[in-house]
Amino acid sequence: MLKTLEKIPVDDPINDHAQRVIIDRIIEENKTLPGATMVVLNRLQEAIGFISPAMQVYVAKGLGEPVSRIHGVVSFYSFFTTTPRGKHTIKFCVGTACYVSGINQIVEKARQILGIEPGETTEDGLITIELCRCVGACSQAPVIVVNEEFVGRVKPNRFPKTIQDLKSKEA
Amino acid sequence: MAYFRSHILVSVDPICVEKGAYDLIDAFQDELVKQGLVDEVQVLETSRIGDPHSEGPDLMVYPEAVHYANLSVTDVPFLVEEHFVKGRVAEKFMREIEEVVDEELSAPQAKEVRIVLKNIGDIDPLNIEEYIARDGYLALGQVLLEMSPEETIQEVIDSGLRGRGGAGFPTGLKWRFIRAAEGDQKFMICNADEGDPGAFANRRVLEGDPHSVIEGMIIAAYAAGASQGYIYCRAEYPIAVQTMKTAIEQARNFGLLGENILGSEFSFDLEVRMGAGAFVCGEETALMASIEGKRGEPRPRPPFPAQKGLWDEPSNINNVETFSNIPQIILNGAEWFASLGYEKSTGTKTFSMAGDVKNTGLIEVPFGISLREIIFDVGGGIKDDKKFKAIQTGGPMGGCLPESYLDLPMDYEALDKAGSILGSGGLVAMDEGTCMVDIARFFMEFTQEESCGKCTPCRIGTRRILELLTRICDGKGKPEDIGTLRMLCDQINENSLCGLGKGAPNPVKSTLEHFLDEYEAHIYEKRCPAKVCKALIRFEILDGLCTGCTLCARNCPVDAISGERRQLHVIDPDICIQCGICEQICPYDAIEIK
Repeated sequence: MLKTLEKIPVDDPINDHAQRVIIDRIIEENKTLPGATMVVLNRLQEAIGFISPAMQVYVAKGLGEPVSRIHGVVSFYSFFTTTPRGKHTIKFCVGTACYVSGINQIVEKARQILGIEPGETTEDGLITIELCRCVGACSQAPVIVVNEEFVGRVKPNRFPKTIQDLKSKEA
Repeated sequence: MAYFRSHILVSVDPICVEKGAYDLIDAFQDELVKQGLVDEVQVLETSRIGDPHSEGPDLMVYPEAVHYANLSVTDVPFLVEEHFVKGRVAEKFMREIEEVVDEELSAPQAKEVRIVLKNIGDIDPLNIEEYIARDGYLALGQVLLEMSPEETIQEVIDSGLRGRGGAGFPTGLKWRFIRAAEGDQKFMICNADEGDPGAFANRRVLEGDPHSVIEGMIIAAYAAGASQGYIYCRAEYPIAVQTMKTAIEQARNFGLLGENILGSEFSFDLEVRMGAGAFVCGEETALMASIEGKRGEPRPRPPFPAQKGLWDEPSNINNVETFSNIPQIILNGAEWFASLGYEKSTGTKTFSMAGDVKNTGLIEVPFGISLREIIFDVGGGIKDDKKFKAIQTGGPMGGCLPESYLDLPMDYEALDKAGSILGSGGLVAMDEGTCMVDIARFFMEFTQEESCGKCTPCRIGTRRILELLTRICDGKGKPEDIGTLRMLCDQINENSLCGLGKGAPNPVKSTLEHFLDEYEAHIYEKRCPAKVCKALIRFEILDGLCTGCTLCARNCPVDAISGERRQLHVIDPDICIQCGICEQICPYDAIEIK
């Protein structure tokens, strides 16, 4: 285990002092909870944005669990990611109602504009696009989730503006 | 008790407070004293009024329901003089009351009966007092002070309430099992992992009336003898998670959770646990594994959760909607509840309507109502007056039913017999533009991806079905594929470990049964009757209708469309990827799918 820790990449959150403090706090606050693994991983995903291999080893140590079990949980659930996400995330709901209402055309448009596949991040690290499970806003299908915000009744011809807005926010 | 002829409700949300809401309240008090109206008009604080970006501070005067805004302290004497002394509205400060349009939940339709949805939209979910004002926690008091656990269980059994998560097991009976089980600690769990695409009723209940779920859980815990509870909510519902956490905190502060609830001997506490995007965690044994912090893989039953559940202790799992029904059953009696509904399915059921129906959103109807009434009376029929083709019920483990099944009375048994399920109440209407083979493929893609991989029939079987369906949609289907599909469906259904695998073939089975002609058109004629499957369609621009506006060419993702401005445009079939964007945006309907 220590050997794995020695090879931590320089830019890993474990090596970043501010992020390390957050990680330590999350583990400390929850480690005595029954079933702490899921709670800790959920909070890490939220606070850090991803759970790197080094973080998994670190969490295993903190919770007194085998690394294999932590990795097993991380790889099982689709919300946990092991690589950094873009600054903004656009999720495309692929639930039944959104599928029937043509979410695929919106995904197609995103592919075309950003030049990336779902699950990937643009080169400048700005935008990640993802397909996601039904977000339960079916009456407004098709739905995309821009960061935390739901956008309903999306039209292919109006979608580019969403991306434009995200880009101009940064400029 | 003092009787006031008018009430001034001043909004004390953060925006209004910043703009001097409390100074305004003081000014009103002083002025009312000065005018001698202090016994006639009462000033109260309230939560947000109107839209959050208003000029603030906002206030409402009842019973007239007049909305005033943008008042300063110096305007108060004028307003009191005008409104309360002279009895006329001070138009200068009056604001139109905005109709808040709730896209998911409209006013009850004629055929609806609202039990679970009764408070939603009317109360502030983040304020426990509003729930209490609507007889909230009255049922809990009644149960804790007047009823024994066994009497409580009997009441729920008599009501006929069955699990609203889809399986339809009698709720009271389940509670009796866990009560009888031996264990050091018993757990009461709420399944809020509403993963079925197309279902969103649980989300609205959690977000809109969280205390009804908490109250139902406390009553259930008392009946079952449980001391700790968990609400397992999916990560896709962050607002629901937050609302439940706040509501639990409030209930604890009111002595409704924790030690010696309402001064009784009974103690119970509750915690929210969040999933992380795994559909299979809606299955009860997988859900418990997930709460334990493990991979959400189901395990064989028996032992049932009532004997060995969470951390091997006796546990009981019910759905959000099941719990939400409990307080009403206690308050109004089992007989009242049993009088609603149809045969062995008592009470009401919420349905999430989506897809090609005019009025999408949530409804709550008594069991026994027909699908036709739901789609055409409550749902307003099919959008754009297109032809109805199928209704998909029960999510990815459910089936697609054609027109001939629309007069079935909706209950657990009837849908089961028709080859579909009630499930969590998702209803997705499909019009003639939906390809049933493509829809079966869509669901199989879903279950294939969400299969946890533990048992072979589900892991490999769903993949084989998906491959066959993809082949058929690509126009490469073979005549023997239909037989193979049927065989696979039966095998997976009979041999899978949990409900996900057992139900996975349903979308394929039901479409094979009711829409076989579409499969045959794909396989024998290489034709997609609904014009959806990309490999079997091509797009053409019609001469005469095309005005050469260039809109399609500008929006084509692969630049397959060419043509001069004001001239007929042409699609190059070799480049076209059949995405359909041009057909959707053409203002002149000049693009035809062949």
